[in-house]
Amino acid sequence: MLSIQSKNKIDQELKKYPDNQKKSAVIAALQIIQKEKGWLSNKDISLVSQYLEIPEIAAMEVATFYNMFDLKNVGKYKISVCTNISCMLRDAEKLVNHMKKKFDIDFNELSKDGKFYLKESECMGACGGAPLITINNHDMYENLTIDKFDEIIEGLK
Amino acid sequence: MITDTAELRINPVIKKEFPLCLRTKFINNPASIETYLSIGGYEQIKRVLKNKITPEALIEEIKISGLRGRGGAGFPTGLKWSFMPRASQGDKYIVCNSDEGEPGTFKDRDIIKYNPHQLIEGMIIAAYIMGAKTGYNYIHGEIWGEYCSFEEAIKEARAAGFLGSNICKSNFNFDLHAVHGYGAYICGEETALIESIEGKKGQPRFKPPFPATFGIYGKPTNVNNTETYATIPWILEYGGQAFSDLGVKNSGGTKIFSVSGHVNKPGNYEIQMGMPFKDLLDLAGGVWNDRKLKAVIPGGPSTALVPAKNILNATMDYEGLTAIGSSLGAGSLIVMDDSTCMVKTLKRLSYFFYEESCGQCTPCREGTGWVYRIIKRIVDGNGKPEDLRLLTDVSKKISGRTICALGDAAAVPVLSFINHFEKEFEYYIRHGRSMIGNTHD
Repeated sequence: MLSIQSKNKIDQELKKYPDNQKKSAVIAALQIIQKEKGWLSNKDISLVSQYLEIPEIAAMEVATFYNMFDLKNVGKYKISVCTNISCMLRDAEKLVNHMKKKFDIDFNELSKDGKFYLKESECMGACGGAPLITINNHDMYENLTIDKFDEIIEGLK
Repeated sequence: MITDTAELRINPVIKKEFPLCLRTKFINNPASIETYLSIGGYEQIKRVLKNKITPEALIEEIKISGLRGRGGAGFPTGLKWSFMPRASQGDKYIVCNSDEGEPGTFKDRDIIKYNPHQLIEGMIIAAYIMGAKTGYNYIHGEIWGEYCSFEEAIKEARAAGFLGSNICKSNFNFDLHAVHGYGAYICGEETALIESIEGKKGQPRFKPPFPATFGIYGKPTNVNNTETYATIPWILEYGGQAFSDLGVKNSGGTKIFSVSGHVNKPGNYEIQMGMPFKDLLDLAGGVWNDRKLKAVIPGGPSTALVPAKNILNATMDYEGLTAIGSSLGAGSLIVMDDSTCMVKTLKRLSYFFYEESCGQCTPCREGTGWVYRIIKRIVDGNGKPEDLRLLTDVSKKISGRTICALGDAAAVPVLSFINHFEKEFEYYIRHGRSMIGNTHD
């Protein structure tokens, strides 16, 4: 079952589109459910498709195409770090090495305590603040140094 | 802000910023509707509606301005808007493409962050011109803060009577919605973006039919970049000629350049077209760490790399950059100092195109992976003497053989990096390591 809160939020998104085009809200709906649950299980995706009255495969196609959707447990904090050119030129690699060492994990892995997950990301469109990360997709931290990163992580615990 | 355009005609190139799309950026509380109203915001849509200025007259003014699409393709905006069948009955849509994912591009984010109402006014005017009742601003999912703040700006505009029914008591109706992507570079391609708004995978469509005849839900749709729409209110306020005069021949007006990489002050700089590259580099604080400039990508990785010696005397405008074998793109200037290893840099860019290929066309899906694997083996020390020829060959076979421009874009860095820095690639293949004493390792 989708929660009442989630249904209300999805209904808000549906208002943006014509009544007979519920499918348009699928990206927003999946985002809303992922935000609530932490990641999207096949069951969640199926529930979204039922709510929007679209085939399950149509929702699944979208969930697997857009790479901010997480189809497995990504812990309490998913850290996405951009390594694309502008971040690379400003030493993102040093930051990445520090993160991997700090959490004792590689990209696409969950730390032993289940708290942190590291993901290599493509350009986030904020290259003036390189290097940068997002935490749980929506909170961006820019102009990072190793010290600044450690401070942010300290603040999360 | 400079309002005396006569002064500008005498001295067209001024060595400083010219905030036009970002004109509220340096005012307190820049994004609020009060700030925008205080600088004469929403006066243009009021004037247009009150005086019932015809769409034809407005398109003519935009044509005079010389405004060209700021998303990268540079297509003349006035001409594009004249393609929309505005008199036809039925739904029509206008879409703002704020899906900035081209590495090095982050200008639209600042427009939304600092001056969202100018963008909204530009879209209302565009809707009036093209007869659209509904508009969408499709925002890159990663800049979530700006997606949320744009939602708030829409609410402010609606509460003030600039969006919704009977705008300014004129019987003109238009509503605007913010929608978001969720991590797919390809959705910056206009037909992929339309597919995404329809709730599908972002796979580009064949053109023709073009969006002007077959867009969202098969209805006529106009897609423009954020900066393009945000420019419109200024053009109507000061006139198309004044805008054109800000720039140089065939490159009217201003342009926001996103400067990133090895500079002291990365950021967005809105300048008059035609500014010398050196002045823009100065604005961005020059090359960092007192290092020497090695090369520049002037418009994002889909535009060709230019070595320092070729760009130092170039001007920042469409023709200025075409003249040195590259292009303006989205104005995404990526600066590299002399510690940059071109082989490793190309490896990262190739990975990007491989990762972001939507998989629809075989030459792009297979070719981008092939290119990445070859460069990766060179960086891993396993390069073969024939690899450079193979890279060039594969890249040329992707280019021009795909539905959208991603395939062409993927080939551009490969060909331009190897063209200008062939010795670095040969050295890497021969010795299994970079010839650059890279301090960024």
